[in-house]
Amino acid sequence: MPGACASTSQTVGPFFHLGLTAVDLSNLAGPNVKGEHITLEGHVLDGDRVPVPDALIEVWQANSHGKYAHEADCQRKPLDAHFRGYGRTATLADGSFRFRTIRPGQVPGTNGALQAPHIEVCVFMRGLLKQLVTRVYFENDPANANDYVLRLIEPARRNTLVARAEGENVYRWNILLQGEDETVFFDV
Amino acid sequence: MGASNNSEESPRLNVTGYRRLRAGTQPEYSHAAYASSCKRCPTHPLVAIPHTLTEVTGPEFTMDDISGNGCDLTRAGTGHPLGEKIIVSGRVLDEDGRPVRKALVEVWQANSAGRYMHERDQHQAPLDPNFTGRGQTLTDGEGNYRFVSIKPGAYPWRNHPNAWRPAHIHFSLFGSAFVTRLVTQMYFPGDPLLPFDPIYNCTADEEARKRLISIFDWETTIPETALGYRFDIILRGRDATPMEL
Repeated sequence: MPGACASTSQTVGPFFHLGLTAVDLSNLAGPNVKGEHITLEGHVLDGDRVPVPDALIEVWQANSHGKYAHEADCQRKPLDAHFRGYGRTATLADGSFRFRTIRPGQVPGTNGALQAPHIEVCVFMRGLLKQLVTRVYFENDPANANDYVLRLIEPARRNTLVARAEGENVYRWNILLQGEDETVFFDV
Repeated sequence: MGASNNSEESPRLNVTGYRRLRAGTQPEYSHAAYASSCKRCPTHPLVAIPHTLTEVTGPEFTMDDISGNGCDLTRAGTGHPLGEKIIVSGRVLDEDGRPVRKALVEVWQANSAGRYMHERDQHQAPLDPNFTGRGQTLTDGEGNYRFVSIKPGAYPWRNHPNAWRPAHIHFSLFGSAFVTRLVTQMYFPGDPLLPFDPIYNCTADEEARKRLISIFDWETTIPETALGYRFDIILRGRDATPMEL
């Protein structure tokens, strides 16, 4: 049916674990994956600052060289046979989530400039009729200052996308659905 | 490492973005009739960003990713699940009508009594030891997928007094890019609960809504065995012109 528009989104509902998290995909990087191994963890909180115990979080990222394991990435950079760059997990009863992965390299953005290292994030949950899309950047990365996407965000809100370094190789990043420090979500 | 002189390492990339979603054909985040959306919807406007390599790429899947009983949900136990056996099939296409190949299609659903095999489902309806309600498959070269299952039952929920969800099957799809990711629900034709369901009715555009209802299909109906339902799914299509990055 040419010309038809994309199908309508519907909520993932409260029982998605049955279909989507039967296999644990929270560890993106086994021991053979090259790069700086990190833990990305945080909580999902609703408008009353109540933990969300039934959110599904998906992540997508480049490898440590800044190359996506996808045919549309024709950069002359090496792939890592052990790294797909995709993960997903459900929040626990306390609203927490945790991924083990590697810090991604820089990928091209607009006008030939490189983007700061980032992980793309998709959030689904009961109560959300379509996914929320956002990104995680890394605290103290000098490339953040010139990142085209971060600069599209009003300065006071940019920090909502920056994971804090907390201990060795641990980054903490919370997803706040509402409130003064509501996480920035993207229209993609 | 030459991370900062990328232009020497790699040729300029042409990235073709995906078309923006048409107004009214998708739900808004805030939908008062759906109580759970009130505290979980963002209140700031979304920030529009261009499609970079990050957005136009996404995970690729193979048959190695298919686990459990794959596309046959009736083979989860040692016996036959209770209920009306159905064939749910269709095509995954993009907005230009092109098949989306190797799309990962994942489904989950209640059993014929309207009960999910999930610890948080407190509905009094019985569980069926022969039905877990989980399926996965990949589309073929023409974008076709096919599941064998049981028609799910309606079930009550607490959104409003005497609230019942119409029978539905949850669908999750990965297309060729992270921005084509889609989670949706398939409904059944003639379901009397549809006009009363705030989730089905969350989208303004009536035509877009109706496409969530599967079509009874004689062609895939198997004599003496199973009724066929057809459900085609459309993922976002590409922009006409590439952007140089």
